[in-house]
Amino acid sequence: MRELTYNEAALEAIAEEMRRDPKIFYMSTDALPPLLKEFGPQRIRATPITEAALTGMAIGAAGCGFRPIVDWRQVTFCFVAMDQIVNQAAKIHYMFGGQVNFPILYRAAVGGGGLVAAQHSQSPYSMFMNVAGLKMFLPSTPHDMKGLLKTAIRDNNPVISFESSRLMARKGPVPEDDYTIPFGVADIKREGDDVTVVALAWLVHEALAAAEELAKEGVSVEIVDPRTLVPLDTETIRNSVQKTGRLVIADEAGPTAGFSAEVAALVTEDAATFAALKAPVKRVCALQVPIPYSPVLENHVFPDRGRITAGIREVLRGRRSEAA
Amino acid sequence: MPTSLSPNLAPDKQREMLRQMLTIRRFEERASADYNAGKIYGVVHCYIGEEATAVGVCTALGRGDRIISTHRGHGHCIAKGADLNRMMAELYGRQTGYCKGKGGSMHIADFGIGMLGANGIVAGGISIITGAGLAAQMEGKGGVAVSFFGDGASNAGPFHECLNIAATWKLPMLYVCENNLHAAQTSAAQTHALPDVAGRAAGYGIPGIVVDGNDVFAVYQAANAAVDRARSGGGPTLIECKTYRQRAHTERKGQADPRDKAEVDAWMRKDPIALLERRLREQGELDDAGLQSIEGDIMAALEAAIAFAEASPFPLPEHATDDVFSA
Repeated sequence: MRELTYNEAALEAIAEEMRRDPKIFYMSTDALPPLLKEFGPQRIRATPITEAALTGMAIGAAGCGFRPIVDWRQVTFCFVAMDQIVNQAAKIHYMFGGQVNFPILYRAAVGGGGLVAAQHSQSPYSMFMNVAGLKMFLPSTPHDMKGLLKTAIRDNNPVISFESSRLMARKGPVPEDDYTIPFGVADIKREGDDVTVVALAWLVHEALAAAEELAKEGVSVEIVDPRTLVPLDTETIRNSVQKTGRLVIADEAGPTAGFSAEVAALVTEDAATFAALKAPVKRVCALQVPIPYSPVLENHVFPDRGRITAGIREVLRGRRSEAA
Repeated sequence: MPTSLSPNLAPDKQREMLRQMLTIRRFEERASADYNAGKIYGVVHCYIGEEATAVGVCTALGRGDRIISTHRGHGHCIAKGADLNRMMAELYGRQTGYCKGKGGSMHIADFGIGMLGANGIVAGGISIITGAGLAAQMEGKGGVAVSFFGDGASNAGPFHECLNIAATWKLPMLYVCENNLHAAQTSAAQTHALPDVAGRAAGYGIPGIVVDGNDVFAVYQAANAAVDRARSGGGPTLIECKTYRQRAHTERKGQADPRDKAEVDAWMRKDPIALLERRLREQGELDDAGLQSIEGDIMAALEAAIAFAEASPFPLPEHATDDVFSA
C-alpha cells in the first residue's frame, strides 16, 4: 500500500471531503497551499489572526447549513476562543433544544517534542473532554488520521481534531479509497496477554517499541489506542484489562484530572474489571508542569518508551493485597 | 437628534410597529410578574424601553434574513416573528418551549424565522452572527445578518475582530449597538473612552451611524439604508441606537439599581411607545378605538400564551440527556 505522512493523510481527507460536499469550507490564519490551489480563496479562506471570530463564525455558518472547518493550527491559539468553544459551540445544540445541527471541525496540533516551550507544547484535550457537547479524537497513524477526519467532517456536531505535532512527518500506509473510521471505536494496535497499555498518539509508537523489547523477555503487552477521546471506547479498554489484569496508561499530557485519570476511573469503577485487576493501575504521563524549553528539561518532563517499560515492569511486580 | 420624518411605510405597517412594540412590553410585564410569582425561574432581563430598536431594525428585514440577540432577547424574538406560546412555554420551563425547557429566558432561538438565539454571554453572539453573514454571502441570495448587542459588548474583543473581518470581506451585516448607557450595573461613562460607539466604524472604513434608538422611524430608516447597502454588496454598517432600559438590569426583586434617578426619569419621558403612539395620532393613523383594538388583540394573545404554557407538560427528567449531540 502507498504511504503518506500523517499530515498528508489529513490533507487528503479534507480534499476528498471538499470535493464531495460543496458546503464545506476552510478558515485558517494561513491558507494551506495545496488546498488553496484546488479549491480557491472562497472555500480556503485566509483570515486575520482572530481565533475568537473564526471559532464563532463557524458556529453561525454551520447553523445556516454550511460545514466549516477552522484550523486553529496549534491548540494554544484556541484559548482566546474559549467562550466560542465552551459557551457557544459545545452548548448551542442542546441549549436551543436540538433545533438545528452545528457540523463543525476544529483542528489543533498538540504535544511536545519541538522544543518550543510552554505555550506551544500543550496537550490540553482533557480540558475539552470535560465540556459536554464536543466530540474529539487524537489519531496515532496516517491511516487513522484520514479515516477519523472524514468521519469528523461528516459528523453533525462540533468535533475537535487533536493532531500530534510529533507525528506530522511520520509515514504509514493509507488506503486510496474512501474509508471512514467510526468514532468511539478503539484500535488494538498490538495484542498481548500480560498487561494492557492504553496509549495516545505518539505514545502508541513508544509503547509499541517498549512492547517489542519486553517480548524478548517473554512479556506479552497489549496496546489499546482509543483514537477517539469523546466518545471513548470504554468497552474495549475494560475487556482488555479483564483479559490481562494489568493496566498502564500512557499520555503526553499531565496526569491531573486528565485523560489518564478518566481511564483509570472507568476501569476501577466497573466491578468486573476491578475484580480482574492483579495490580494497581499505573499512569505514565508528563510531569505536571508547563513544558520547558531546554532539551534536557523537556526530555525529563515527557514520558517515553523507557518510562512506559518501567511502568509495565512495575505493574508486573505489583500485587493486590491479599489481606482480608 | 432631530425627530425623524415619517417613513415611507403604509399606515398599516406603522400600526404594526406599534403592535409589535406593545407586544414586547406586555409580554415582559407579564414575564416579570410571573417571575416574581415563582412561575418563571432563573433570571429575566427586560427589554422594556428599548422596543423601538428591535422593531425598527426588524421591520427593515425579510423573513430570510437572520439576527442574533443578547441576554435581553425577548424583544428581538418578538420583532422577528417568534411565537408567543413557545416563548412563554420556554420561560415556564416546559417541553413545548422553543428549547424544550433547556434554555429559558436567555436562550430563546427560532432558526426557522432567522432568530439565531439570545445569548447569555456579553458579546457571545457577535461572532456567530458574523458567520451567518458569511453564510449569506456564500449563499448569494441577497440575505443579510444583524448582530444586536449592547454598549458593554462593544468593549469586548469579538466586537473588534468581527467588524474588521466583516468590513474586510464586505459581509452583508448590520452591527446594531443598543447603547442603553449601562453595562449591567456599570455606566458607559465609566467604561468607554468616547461616548459614541458608532465612531469606531471609521477604524474599519464602514459607515457608523448614531440614531435615536427610541424613535422607531429613525431606527427603521437607518436600518433600511444599511440593509440596502448590505444586500448590494457594500458591506457592513455599524448603527448605534441611543436608548435606555426602563427597568433594572434583571427582574430580581430588591436588586440594587445604581442609576441616577434624574437620568431614569428623563428617559422615562422619552418612552418609545408613547412617542410612536403620539405620532400615529398626529398623523391621523390611530385613535382610541384603534389603540384599544391593538391592546385587546395583544392581551388575548398573551393570555393564550400563558394558558398554553401552563397547560404544557414539564419535560421528563430523563430528557436532560437528550440533544447533547445531534444524530
